[in-house]
Amino acid sequence: MAKEILYRDAIREALDEEMERDENVLLLGEDVAYIGGNFKTSVGLYDKYGDLRVKDTPISEAGFLGMAVGMALTGLRPVVELMFSDFLLVAGDQAFNQMAKIRYMSGGQATVPMVVRMPIGAGRSSAAQHSQSMQAMAAHFPGAKVVLPSTAQEAKGLLKTAVRDDNPVLFFEHKMEYSNKFVIDDEVEPIPFGKANIVMEGRDVSIAATSSQVMKSVRAAEKLRSEGISCEVIDLRTLVPFDRESVIESVKKTGRLLVVDEAYEFCGVGAEIGMNVMKDVFYYLDAPIGRISTPNVPLPFSPALEFPILPSEEKILRAVLSLMGK
Amino acid sequence: MNNVFAKTQKARLLNFYRVMYRMRRFEEEVFEFYKKGMMPGLAHLYLGEEAIAAGVCAALNESDYIGSSHRGHGHLVARGARLDKMMAEILGKKDGYCKGKGGSMHIMAMDKGILGANGIVGGEIPIATGAAYAAKYRGTKQVAVSFFGDAASNEGTFHESVNMAAAWDLPVIYVIENNLYGISVDIRDVTNTENLADRAKAYGIPGVVVDGMDVIAVFEASAKAVKRARDGKGPTIIECKSYRWQGHHVGDPGEYRSRKDKNEKALWMERCPVKNYRARLLSRGDSIDEKDLLDIEASVEEEIKDAVRFASDSPYPDASEAFEDLFA
Repeated sequence: MAKEILYRDAIREALDEEMERDENVLLLGEDVAYIGGNFKTSVGLYDKYGDLRVKDTPISEAGFLGMAVGMALTGLRPVVELMFSDFLLVAGDQAFNQMAKIRYMSGGQATVPMVVRMPIGAGRSSAAQHSQSMQAMAAHFPGAKVVLPSTAQEAKGLLKTAVRDDNPVLFFEHKMEYSNKFVIDDEVEPIPFGKANIVMEGRDVSIAATSSQVMKSVRAAEKLRSEGISCEVIDLRTLVPFDRESVIESVKKTGRLLVVDEAYEFCGVGAEIGMNVMKDVFYYLDAPIGRISTPNVPLPFSPALEFPILPSEEKILRAVLSLMGK
Repeated sequence: MNNVFAKTQKARLLNFYRVMYRMRRFEEEVFEFYKKGMMPGLAHLYLGEEAIAAGVCAALNESDYIGSSHRGHGHLVARGARLDKMMAEILGKKDGYCKGKGGSMHIMAMDKGILGANGIVGGEIPIATGAAYAAKYRGTKQVAVSFFGDAASNEGTFHESVNMAAAWDLPVIYVIENNLYGISVDIRDVTNTENLADRAKAYGIPGVVVDGMDVIAVFEASAKAVKRARDGKGPTIIECKSYRWQGHHVGDPGEYRSRKDKNEKALWMERCPVKNYRARLLSRGDSIDEKDLLDIEASVEEEIKDAVRFASDSPYPDASEAFEDLFA
């Protein structure tokens, strides 16, 4: 059976089901309790689970993310919400020097089962400090898994996996999806990390995309189909671990690769994935590997400036045509 | 001689000495390894600050947690961590606590409730606070102690953590080891607070200043703070006034400390927590005599010898192990 649901409610359902399943799971962050989250992803959980388990924190990102590390080290499974992924920088030391490294530094004595959920993405005129996509930076550091769900179904399934994972997980939700409606299964099982999802099969161009860019890629691919171009759309799902085999397999078939991700371009996801698979796909390529990302300027406020620099369906379409020599 | 000292039992009094003497001798041997060129990297020695960890940890139960700093060897010794595995770790050996992946600054011993030593100043303060939250959440009556230096009390993580712990009555004790310097910078030149414990007032919790060279004074203050935490009444800040015998780390002569008073170090060293406590025990004039102390010293020497042998004999990890232990 299937049902219609908002992306934000799929997140809430995943949290609710995991909290119900395991009393070690708790949620903390700014505004998560009484009002149910800035993007309304935890509505009702405070009433259901109480103040100690769904905790409104002060505006102290390093402090409460670090506290979650201590909780995780001592056997709880905290889920931290950062209101915007930009704020990951405020808690940067706790996330990357502490959370992500403690297991390794301890020679494997410690486990740090925790999730840091945070919205990425531009498109709301939120300007340069509330619009960034921090996944490329996050994936640069060893020790944490990096997850980017596309649809509501993916968000729910991947979040369940994140909560059950014994490692720290950086979980990036796209803020432009929260109010979008999706059809999902009544019961959503956890979706394993490190296994990309082939959303559309195709022969001519492989499009490896993350988060919202998956849906944009599918829409572009549908238009391209009428022009006789067959795209294979790959939802990468997780950057860490990266399912390089699926990408390589696809490119060997199509001979062309376009990487679509909203993080900044320089040292970004496209750069990494292109280089990562290069030696395995080089002799199969019919065109240089392409990428669509956000150019290296801070996200501007005015829609007149913001939209033109973001990845879009139109840009994907043009990039695919270019890879096809059209 | 204060009341507690007079009343405390012989075994406990001797144990304070044993713990401090172990720390002292351990650090001296670490320094020897450094001087012989056998230690990779650096170490930040606890020499001079022994009374703090010894006094605080004596007030804890085995199931309690501590978070430690870059100057963490003393905290680990006081929690009963194995000296041989500590020494092996400091030398980067396979049999070290962290299999050679952490080194001096990051020794962790989860089985002793040691949540890790931290190379980032102030980095472990929220982590220990989170352990306290977990204890409260579970209702286990455990407490957490966070050890850090004077300089860490100027980090945002200190203020953020203390604020949350105070707001939520978390069972945590913040122990400021005030040795007056953050590397070369005199805390008095960068902070307009005579007693760092006074910062507790801003958060509505008790802040206590104690003589960090006096293990009994530290124990007394800690026992009170631990009881308060266990009773669900919330956190305490304890500032221990102390001094480090060495510079910031091995190889740093720390001469910058003589710019205001060339006798500063000598004056502090006269107040040596280990030697003075030893003299104090003998001056009690009752059941503790020289032989008790010589026995402790002899057994610690044996333990140190074994630790040095263990660490020296332990192999280095295989290069392939660099890729292990990243994910669970």
